[in-house]
Order: sequence, then structure tokens, then C-alpha cells
Amino acid sequence: MAEIAHGGPAATPMRPPAIEIGVAGWVRKNLFNGVWNSLLTIVAGYVLLTTVPGLLDWAIFRAVWSADTSAPCKVEGAGACWAFIADKHRLIFFGTYPYVEQWRPLLATGILLVLIVGSCDRRFWNRSLMIYWAVGLVLVAVLMWGGVFGLTYVSNLDWGGLPLTLIMAVVGCVFAFPIGLVLALGRRSHMPIIRWLSVSYIELIRGVPLITVLITASVIFPLFLPAGVSIDKLLRAQVGLILFEAAYIAEIVRGGLQAVPRGQHEAADSLGLSFFQKQRKIVLPQALRMVIPPLVGNFIGLFKSTTLVIVIGLFDLLNSAKAALTDLNWRGFSIELYIFTAAIYFIFCYSMSKYSQALERDLNKGTRR
Amino acid sequence: MTQQSTPVQAQDQAQAPRHEIGREVMIELQQVNKWFGEFHVLKDINLQVRRGERVVVCGPSGSGKSTMIRCINRLEEHQKGHIMVDGVELSNDVKNVEQIRREVGMVFQSFNLFPHLTVLENLTLAPIWVRKVPKREAEQTAMQLLERVKIPEQANKYPGQLSGGQQQRVAIARSLCMKPKIMLFDEPTSALDPEMIKEVLDVMVQLAEDGMTMVCVTHEMGFARTVADTMIFMDMGEIVETAPPVEFFSQPKSDRTRLFLSQILRH
Repeated sequence: MAEIAHGGPAATPMRPPAIEIGVAGWVRKNLFNGVWNSLLTIVAGYVLLTTVPGLLDWAIFRAVWSADTSAPCKVEGAGACWAFIADKHRLIFFGTYPYVEQWRPLLATGILLVLIVGSCDRRFWNRSLMIYWAVGLVLVAVLMWGGVFGLTYVSNLDWGGLPLTLIMAVVGCVFAFPIGLVLALGRRSHMPIIRWLSVSYIELIRGVPLITVLITASVIFPLFLPAGVSIDKLLRAQVGLILFEAAYIAEIVRGGLQAVPRGQHEAADSLGLSFFQKQRKIVLPQALRMVIPPLVGNFIGLFKSTTLVIVIGLFDLLNSAKAALTDLNWRGFSIELYIFTAAIYFIFCYSMSKYSQALERDLNKGTRR
Repeated sequence: MTQQSTPVQAQDQAQAPRHEIGREVMIELQQVNKWFGEFHVLKDINLQVRRGERVVVCGPSGSGKSTMIRCINRLEEHQKGHIMVDGVELSNDVKNVEQIRREVGMVFQSFNLFPHLTVLENLTLAPIWVRKVPKREAEQTAMQLLERVKIPEQANKYPGQLSGGQQQRVAIARSLCMKPKIMLFDEPTSALDPEMIKEVLDVMVQLAEDGMTMVCVTHEMGFARTVADTMIFMDMGEIVETAPPVEFFSQPKSDRTRLFLSQILRH
């Protein structure tokens, strides 16, 4: 048998035909591969040619980069008024946080970003990472609230801008994820009460828009509290966000759990692993890597959903930016402002998306045949 | 009869000693019954396996042989009768089940290696987490077992990078890492390409020679003749015939056994 399979010397490898390689080959294969594609290429090329130069002209060449007043921006033929952004950047980034104390949210944002970027590296995925996160989050809380170590106290009603958005999103992910895991496992439990509770919770939350959950948390929930007891507004919004996201994460994770073959459970069982050891060491690692794309998609959604906290009067990045528009000295530059804000959101969301792709590739290395 | 000339047969027939069977009963099934819904898969199964005994179970597909050995470590639950393994009765008590599973190794038709772990991690996971063996010691044992199944050089690869035969040998080593008293094999060679069957059977023969208590569901009759102390033929959820291999192959008592043997030994 082996002689048949491997018999005789191998044929010498040949180069692919020239038409497949080189610049011309690439262009032909990717842009003019048939009538329909050629047509699309021409139309797309035309659209780009007519829009991109004008856009660049407005956004860069004719733009006003620095000015103390809005006068230079209002001159005939002036482009984008980035001077407005430059003038208002602290309001956009930090909202109504006391002006002289704004180094604190800046530092807090820095700490959060370092933690997030650091956690992206798989070499740091161990127990000490959790300690770093705990210490980091405490530092962020101390910086933002103050009231200790000679820092003046700042109520979280004055928090705003990028730090608020980041805190809501990060704390949301950090707490919603484990709750979602538990709900997903609960929904697959053999114990009827646990399964029934998980299913009801997930279906109830998924049947309600986030904005309703937030309003419930801020307006209705306090009505049930005894007189004199009040729970912080930001905390209520945060808990609402966590409970909402947990239900979605649970369903995503459940999809991954179902995709793990039964044989994996049986092998783990036959080795004597307990239920929790089996889930932690065998099932979840496989389930989670299958659901990285939808999970990250959900986190991106969460990051953007934080902006809904406006309904309960909190000023996240987008709402702080809108506050900048109310300055009478700078009327009429909303396009610049929205482009700028969109760019910040885009940077965060696109990085998450890119990271998830890299992670997926990295985790599948070796395990793929 | 072509199985006379299979390599396993030729090489090991003389070396598989059959005198080490102890008196102690390791597995006992009494009047075991099981249904899948309305379907009666196991009917009044009685079976005793003593320490060091090698039992080979054969029978047509759907005869309940896999279900029977899966009941022994409770991957399937039986609904009537008693199953005792190493003196512990299988019941709904999770502690009993986990205790039995620690003592009973199982090898599956589809290997069921953990694809996200390296070969070495596959082997050390259970000893470290279930038996609480220190990591270094678990790794030493794992490497010795990989030597024994002749693939120590694959230790740091992932299962997906190995051939089927290599994966099944890793799976056997993984079970052995738990130092089980009993090994169950559920058609271990059925998913393998023909040229890889021998490398897996060789490992199993070696294991049998070392005195392991084994229950194998298999269609490899050459292997059965070489290592089995007891042959069991199952059909329609019943044990039809139990006999030593010589008798089983030369003078089967039941017509059903005779028919089955003639079908699988014909070519």
C-alpha cells in the first residue's frame, strides 16, 4: 500500500502562470475579474474621485486649525473649524468635571487604557492580572471621587466625557461577563429551578430595550426604596447596564457551549473531573474561543450603548461634546464636533474589532489541522 | 481464516499469558436493564470481570455493547439492576460516580482529545486537578507513558497535528495517567485508517500483558484471540454467549454467534 501512495520520484514543482502574479495579475484578479466586477470598479473609482478631493480640501487644506474666536472660521471659503475642537477639547473629554482638577480624570483614563491594552497580551493572562485590575480600578475610583489623600471630593454627578464612557463600558464588561457565564451555564443546567430562573431572566431582559432598563433603574427603582435610602444615580445606571448586557452575553456563550461536542464532556467525565473543573478547563475554553467574534461585537455595542445614560442626566463623551455646542461664541460647527466625536468612538471600536481578529487567529494556532 | 495471519496474532499469541486473573471481582453487573425512551437497549445483563481479566465484547451494531460498557463508568445511566465497580455501587450519588471514574479509564472511538490543549497538557490535566499530583510529577509520568505508547516526541504538539493512530495512542496514555484499575475500550480502532490500527492494537496488547483489567468492545478478532480471557457476544441487548476465545471461535454454541462470526470472518 505504501509503495502505491509514495511510489516514484515527485514531479518538479512549476511556477504559476504569469497571468496570476505581479501587479497586472493582481489588478486583473481583484478589480477586473469579469464584467460585473469591472463595472463595480469603475463606478467605485468615479465616486471616490468626485468626493475625496473635496473632502480633503475642506478637512485639511482649507481648515482653520487655531483661533481664539470663531471669526476666522466664518470667513468665506474657510474649511473645517478644528479651532473649535481645540478650544473646547477639555469640555468634550471631561464634561463638567471641575476644571482645575481635570488632571485626575486624565490620569484615570490613562490607567484604564494601560489596563485594557495590557490585558490584550496573552502573556499577562494569569492570576496577577486580576490583582492589577483590582488595584487599577481602586486607583481610578480614588482619583475620580477624591475625598482622600488631600484630593477634593467630586460627586459622580459631575463626572463626564471620555472617562465616564470608559468607566461605564469597562465596569460593564468586567461584571456582565461573569454573570453572563453563570446564566449560560444555568440555562443548560439539569436542575429545573436553576434552568427556569435563567431562562426567565434572559428572556425578560432581552424583551426590553436598554433605555427602558435605564429609566427603570433611575426613576422607578427608587420608588420601591424605603424613605431616606438612596442609591447613587451612576451606580444605578451601571447596574442596569450590567444586568442588560449579561443577558445578551449569556445567549452568546450558550451558543458556544452548544458547539462543544458531546465527546468532550464524556472524555472529561471519564477522567473524573468535577462539574466545575470540566466547565473551566475543557468546555468554556473551547466554547469561548468559538464566540469571540459575537462577544466582541457585543462589547462594541456596550461601549456605544453607554451614551444612552443621557436619559438619566449623565454626561458621557457624546453628551459632553453636545454641551460644547451650546457656547454662543462658537455656533454652527456641529459637523466638526460630530466628526471628531465619531472618530474617537471609531478608534476604540475599530481597535476592539481588530484585536478580536488577532486573538482568534492566535488562539486557533496549532489547534487547526 | 485470514485472521490467522494478522501481525498481532503472529507476534503476540504465545506471549499473552492468561494465568494472572485474580479472584477479586472488579466489575459486577446484576440484572442490568436500560431503555432509551421505549427502546429496550439492555436486557437483564449479568457480567463479572475479575482483577486482571481481559474481556472482549463483540456483536452487531445496535446490539447494546457500547451502551453496556458506557454504563460501567456511568456515561449512561441504567434504570434497573445493580452495577458494582471495585466494590462501589453506582448510584445517583455523585461522590460514588466520581470515585469510580477516577479508577476506570476509558478510550473512545473518536479519541475525544482536548483540542485546545497540547498532548502533554491533555495527559497531565486530570492527574493535576483530580488526583492533585504536583505538576512536575504529573509531567514525568506523562512522558513515561508517551514513551510507552512510542510518541514522546509529540508531547508539545496539539492533537489536531497528529494522525488518527497517534491521537488514539495519546488517548490511551491520557487514561493511563490516572493510574486506573480498569480500562474500558469502546471500539478504539473503528475510526482509524487500516495502516494505523496495528500501532493502537500493539499498545493494547502490551497493556494486557502488564495485567490490566480490560473490557474492550472491538471487531478486531485477531486481537481478541490474542489477549481475551473471555469473549462475550451480544445481540439485541442481550448477552448471547460467554466463552473463552478458543471455544468461542471454534465451537460457538449459539446460532446467532455462528452467523455473526461467519459474517465478520468471511473475507
